Amino acid sequence: MLGNAAGKAYMVEPKNIRLPLSKRDIAGLSAGDMVLISGQLVTGRDRVHKYLVEQRPAIDALPVDLTGSVLYHCGPVMKKKDEGYEVIAAGPTTSIRVEMYEAEVIKNYGLAGVMGKGGMGEKTLAALRESGAVYFHTIGGAAAYLADRIVRTVDVWKLEDFGPTEAMWIFEVEDFPAIVTMDSRGNSLHKEIEEISFRKFRTLIGR
Amino acid sequence: MLKLRDGIIELYRKVASSLPPDVETAIRSAYDNEPATSASASALMVILENIKRARETARPICQDTGLPVFYVKVPFGLSQNELKKTIHEATREATRLVPLRANAVDIITEKNSGDNTGEGFPLIYFEEVESGALVIDLMLKGGGCENAGQTYKLPLEEIGAQRDLEGVRRCVLDAVQKAQGRGCPPYIIGVGAGAAKDQVARLAKEQLMRKLTDSSKIPELAALEQRLLSEINELGIGPMGLGGKSTALGVKIGVNHRHPASYFVDVSFGCWAMRRGRLIW
Repeated sequence: MLGNAAGKAYMVEPKNIRLPLSKRDIAGLSAGDMVLISGQLVTGRDRVHKYLVEQRPAIDALPVDLTGSVLYHCGPVMKKKDEGYEVIAAGPTTSIRVEMYEAEVIKNYGLAGVMGKGGMGEKTLAALRESGAVYFHTIGGAAAYLADRIVRTVDVWKLEDFGPTEAMWIFEVEDFPAIVTMDSRGNSLHKEIEEISFRKFRTLIGR
Repeated sequence: MLKLRDGIIELYRKVASSLPPDVETAIRSAYDNEPATSASASALMVILENIKRARETARPICQDTGLPVFYVKVPFGLSQNELKKTIHEATREATRLVPLRANAVDIITEKNSGDNTGEGFPLIYFEEVESGALVIDLMLKGGGCENAGQTYKLPLEEIGAQRDLEGVRRCVLDAVQKAQGRGCPPYIIGVGAGAAKDQVARLAKEQLMRKLTDSSKIPELAALEQRLLSEINELGIGPMGLGGKSTALGVKIGVNHRHPASYFVDVSFGCWAMRRGRLIW
């Protein structure tokens, strides 16, 4: 999928997608698809989610229009330069922590998707179906690699209040690798894998 | 202690940006084991490429540079207070220089201290030794895998766990099954069993400092470590929870004596980016 850095050739071709995504683009994505994302996305983790749900800022109060964009669960390492910031490391954080907020955020701000690691629960899965959105799973811990796919830091929001880890960064990405693991038709790879592993677990403990 | 401070800053840089060889070797074998076109193989391929890039550019492997956990062996006569001060100074400098992500958040004000120091942050365990060198071990423990950890009080009927090693085995399988892919597998699993909650939590985390090639010296535990590793890898959770054969790279178990009434088991998760290193001074 992503070259042959470790000496293995790949048969699976990823889909190239460009943000913002249309409803049609989203409908064309299925759980299991590997994608390379290009375009503008924003970061947001625990504090951004809490703020968006509790304070409900208007769509035009945010620095960019999130319609058709992707909210990336990420708290990057940023280095302050004379002018602006440099992205040092920017892998995903665990998405399930924002499960209680995500459904509302997706609906209120017209997101095409959220991206993180570890997958999300039933409430988000239902919201993805209702709103027509997907969950992208990228690679946890691959922070140097993923930082190199961020070609530009466009802007930042709530830097003073939340600090660089929790602020909303607006990034321009190019060929950012991810796998669709929850789609807009209610399919979730996480649910499938959890069921398989739970059955195996019951067998291993004889129950 | 200026030079020691600089030594600790370098330790931070090394641990944050380069993975121990035993862990990298294990990830490479995991990659060879997954079917070439699978999502898990491509995730592992990105992981291997990331390890290489981070090392070559001296950048953090993961943006979560974690809770720094120090295990310090102090020769008799050296001040632990002074060492603690030096570690704090080194932490502030390393945060700026490496750079590390500022991760120390005040519970009351929700303010980030900005330099990775605070009350109980970094976490430092001292142990006095008779003589020899000052040995400083550092683990950078990511929040995602820390959150996947579980503590059990045996017996626990819902998983049929009695107060014996079979009960310990069931706890470990239960913890991994519940964690799924949320703590960045393939995992390194540390297990502690003993008399008290704080004791087993510390013991479990300490096991993560052991090399993957290391087996318990206690034959019963060595056998259980082996058995659990193979059983965990049958669960099918796989790298990043995307399915596959490599859910764990190693299982390490440590035990303390327990109280007749108490049997606690703690399961601590290390993500694949198991960042640990040693400074001998």
